[in-house]
Amino acid sequence: MYEFDWSSIPGALPFLWEGMKVTLVITVQAVLIGIVWGTLLAMMRLSPIKALSWFAAGYVNLFRAVPLVMVLLWFFLIVPEFVGQLFNIPRGTDMRLSSAMAGFALFESAYYSEIIRAGIQSVPKGQISAASALGMTYSQAMRLVVLPQAFRNMVPLLLTQGIILFQDTSLVYVSALADFFGAAYKVGDRDGRLVEMLLFAGAVYFVICFSASLLVKRLQKKYSTA
Amino acid sequence: MNYQWNWGVFLQPSASGDDTYLGWMFAGFKMTIGLSLSAWVIALLLGALVGVLRTVPNKVLAGFATAYVEMFRNVPLLVQLFIWYFVLPELLPASIGDAYKQSNPVMQQFLASMICLGLFTSARVAEQVRAGIYSLPRGQKNAGLALGFTLPQTYRFVMLPMAFRLVVPPLTSEFLNIFKNSAVCSTIGLLELAAQGRQLVDYTAQPFESFIAVTLSYIIINVTVMTLMHKFERRIAVPGYIGGK
Repeated sequence: MYEFDWSSIPGALPFLWEGMKVTLVITVQAVLIGIVWGTLLAMMRLSPIKALSWFAAGYVNLFRAVPLVMVLLWFFLIVPEFVGQLFNIPRGTDMRLSSAMAGFALFESAYYSEIIRAGIQSVPKGQISAASALGMTYSQAMRLVVLPQAFRNMVPLLLTQGIILFQDTSLVYVSALADFFGAAYKVGDRDGRLVEMLLFAGAVYFVICFSASLLVKRLQKKYSTA
Repeated sequence: MNYQWNWGVFLQPSASGDDTYLGWMFAGFKMTIGLSLSAWVIALLLGALVGVLRTVPNKVLAGFATAYVEMFRNVPLLVQLFIWYFVLPELLPASIGDAYKQSNPVMQQFLASMICLGLFTSARVAEQVRAGIYSLPRGQKNAGLALGFTLPQTYRFVMLPMAFRLVVPPLTSEFLNIFKNSAVCSTIGLLELAAQGRQLVDYTAQPFESFIAVTLSYIIINVTVMTLMHKFERRIAVPGYIGGK
C-alpha cells in the first residue's frame, strides 16, 4: 500500500504562493480584458454594420472552435517570434507570462462576448425604442439604458465564467510557466512526492472554486429577487 | 518578416522514415477522434445516470450525485488528468497498479485520458440532464404517479423519454467540448492532434504550416460535429416545443 508523506508541503508553501499569484494575475486580467473586449465584440456582432458584425462573428467562432491548449501553443511558440521580430525584442527574452496573458484575454473574450450578447438580447426591445423616442442616440441608449440592465442580469454568468477561467489557467503548464499548478508539479517532481502534491493541488482548487461557486449562487438569489 | 513558406513539407518522409508528416498528422487526428468518441460514450452513460439521481427524492442518492458533480466541476481538467495518470496507479492495490504500469505506454495514456475526459464530461452531461428533467411540467410526474405508476416507472415511461429528447441541443455543446478538451491529453504525452502539432514544429522547423494545419483540423472537426448534430436535433425535436416541428 502507498505510504503518504506530506512533509514537503509546508516548506513549499511560499513557492506555491508565488505560483498562485501568477494564476491570479492571469485570471484577473483575462476577466477584465475579456469583459471589455467581449462587450465590444458583442456590440459589433449586434450592430447593423455588416462588416463589424461579420468580423465579430468570425472572431468568436474561430476562438470557440479551437481548443484552449492549441491557442496557448500558438501564443507560446509562434506569436513571440513574430512579436519579437516586429519590435526588436532580443531573442531569448522570457515572454511566457505576457504571452499567456494575451492568449487567455483574447480567448476568453470570445466566450464573454457570447454571454454578453445573450444579456443584451435579453433586454426588451421596447427599451431601445423608448430611449430613442426620448432623443438618445444609439450609443447613449446602449450605454445608459441597455448595458446597465444587461450587466445586472449577467453578473452570475460572468463570475461563473471567471471560475472556469481560474481553472483553465492551469493549462499554462504547456509552457512550463510556474503558475500554482506548475509550482505544485515542480515541487512534487523534485521531492519524488508527485502523488501528494497533485492531490494537494486538486484539493486547493476544489476548495477555492467550490466556495466561489457557492458565493455566486447566493449572489444570484439576491439579484433574481430584486 | 522573412519566413520561408513550404507547404510541401507535409509530403516529405518523416523522421521515423516509415511515414510522411501528413501521416503523423492523420494519426493524431484519428487519436483525437477515437479518444473523444470513447470518452463521450462514458460521459453519456454516467451523465444520464447521475443526472437522474440528482432529481430523485432519496436524499442519500441525490446527495451522492451532487457531490459527484461538484467534485468533477471544481477541479481543473489538467489536475484531474494528472491524478488519473500519475496518482491513481500508485494508490491501487499493487497487483493492479503494477499491471497498469507494465502495460503498453500508449495504452496507459489512452486509458487515463479516456476515463478522465469521460468522467469530467459526465458531470456536465448530468447537469444538462437534470435541467432537462426539471424543465418538464410538474404535472407529468404527478399524472404518472396518479395513474398508479411507481416512481421508477414514471421516470422510465413518462419523464425520461421527454427529458432525453429535450436535452439533445444543450448536449451538442458538451459534445463539441469533449473534442476540444481532448487536446489537454497531449500533456501526458498522448500523441493526439495538438501533440502531433508540437512534434511537427520540432521536426520540420515549419511552425506556421504545422500549427495552421492542426488548427484547421480542429475547425473541421467542430464544423462537422455541428452539422451532424444540427440534423440530429431537427429529427429528434419534440413537436410543439421551441425548435420542434
